[in-house]
Amino acid sequence: MNNGRKIKVLVSVIGLDGHFTGAQIVSRFLMDAGMEVVYLGIYQTPEMIVRAAIDESVDVIGISSHASNYGQIGLLIDLMKKNDLVDVPLICGGTIPKGEAEALIKRGVSKIFPPQSTSESIIEYIVSCARG
Amino acid sequence: MISMTVQKILNGDRRTAARLIRDIDDGIPGTREILKAIHRHTGKAYVIGITGSPGVGKSTLVDQMIHGLRRSGKTVGVLAIDPTSPFSGGAILGDRIRMQRHSLDDGVFIRSLATRGQFGGLTQSTRSAIDVLDAMGKDYIIVETVGVGQDEVDIARSADTTVIVVVPGMGDHIQAIKAGIFEVGDIFVINKSDRPDAEKTLHDLRALFDIARKKLTGEGWEPPILMAEAASNRGIAELLDEIEKHRKSRKTLSHETVIHRKQAVARDELIDMIKCRLFQEALDHITSSPEFKIYLDCVTEGTKDPYSACDELLSAKLCFIGDEVNRKPDLQEYLVAQK
Ligand SMILES: Nc1nc2c(ncn2[C@@H]2O[C@H](COP(=O)(O)OP(=O)(O)OP(=O)(O)O)[C@@H](O)[C@H]2O)c(=O)[nH]1
Ligand SMILES: [Mg+2]
Repeated sequence: MNNGRKIKVLVSVIGLDGHFTGAQIVSRFLMDAGMEVVYLGIYQTPEMIVRAAIDESVDVIGISSHASNYGQIGLLIDLMKKNDLVDVPLICGGTIPKGEAEALIKRGVSKIFPPQSTSESIIEYIVSCARG
Repeated sequence: MISMTVQKILNGDRRTAARLIRDIDDGIPGTREILKAIHRHTGKAYVIGITGSPGVGKSTLVDQMIHGLRRSGKTVGVLAIDPTSPFSGGAILGDRIRMQRHSLDDGVFIRSLATRGQFGGLTQSTRSAIDVLDAMGKDYIIVETVGVGQDEVDIARSADTTVIVVVPGMGDHIQAIKAGIFEVGDIFVINKSDRPDAEKTLHDLRALFDIARKKLTGEGWEPPILMAEAASNRGIAELLDEIEKHRKSRKTLSHETVIHRKQAVARDELIDMIKCRLFQEALDHITSSPEFKIYLDCVTEGTKDPYSACDELLSAKLCFIGDEVNRKPDLQEYLVAQK
């Protein structure tokens, strides 16, 4: 534990992806793990996500993706770099094809969790990067 | 270092402000010096408290208020406070969802906070966050809280105008009175007035008002009851008008009343601050002592009752609490003898 710090995570769905169930489930178990989750909801643009991450001063950004809008995630990572959010890891979860996933990791996404990932593995990863 | 941070805050730098609010919330020691330095730059913003039961439409209302205030060229800071789960200590902060259309507006700063449930901690860190937004130069600061507990009432007290939001039916207004927020309300809004029973709620509220008014100190402001439909931007202009009226009514108060109120606010603030520090430091002081460990063992094993353990610990560790009977001249020795 680093003094009184709580882990604060931004959870959002990006672009024209209306699937919010995944994001809500993740928000819920992160809360149950003692984290503070800023939940943005659906139809967020990379600009909105970056602005919220700055204003909320979060440790980690989590994007739930169930549509083929990987381009948006790429744009988000670029915008994060431009806004000096390099110390904030970007995590993605959902159905992302292998080739796309590899490209996103190369571009700077910290970790991608496929749909069958356990909540424990996600929590553990977030704790390790927020405290690392 | 401190002066640089202060300068950035005064220049309205959102990243620095955001970071500072985070550090305040997490109780990072260095923040106190920054708060001291920015305090003299505060007092310019007008603070509006929005409170009411869960789901009555507070965030939707705030969203519309931001819209209205921005149209008249005012800058706005928002603090949206959601409850911390008592089981996990975590929280889902979802108020931003309803305010997303303002998220890219440079004249708006929205920040979510969790209650965290520390003794007086909510009031403390919220007040400090208000100071930060104030120092950033925001014209209006809107604080959204779920009106359920004492802390929320305390927050209402640090607002210049407090708006209580209720909805038709469900005896919501009754709950509001129970929680004691009725007394702190300057303006009442019946939101979701598109729903049936809105008129009845208005009637009920008026009736309750007539009873409650006798208790009010008669400062020349009669809290209005407004109808609104936040989701379709109805009644928001009227709400903003009433807030301005309330603001002006405060200006016409007698010099004496103003001084009296200022003193009451300063007293509340100072006492809260003392309470908060006292609690934290005293508790740390006691629980980190070797005697605490011994007492804990004794109580666990049943060789000492918790009442005596509490009295003796307090008497020993905090010289101004307790009495001579409980104050053992040499606690360590006494405890060894006890074992
Ligand atoms: N029918 C109707 N629904 C409304 C109105 N205003 C808000 N709502 C809806 O009420 C629900 C709750 O709105 P919020 O603004 O999130 O309420 P809140 O009080 O901030 O909720 P918490 O922060 O969770 O306590 C949403 O689905 C809104 O769309 C209204 O005037 N009429
Ligand atoms: Mg809300």
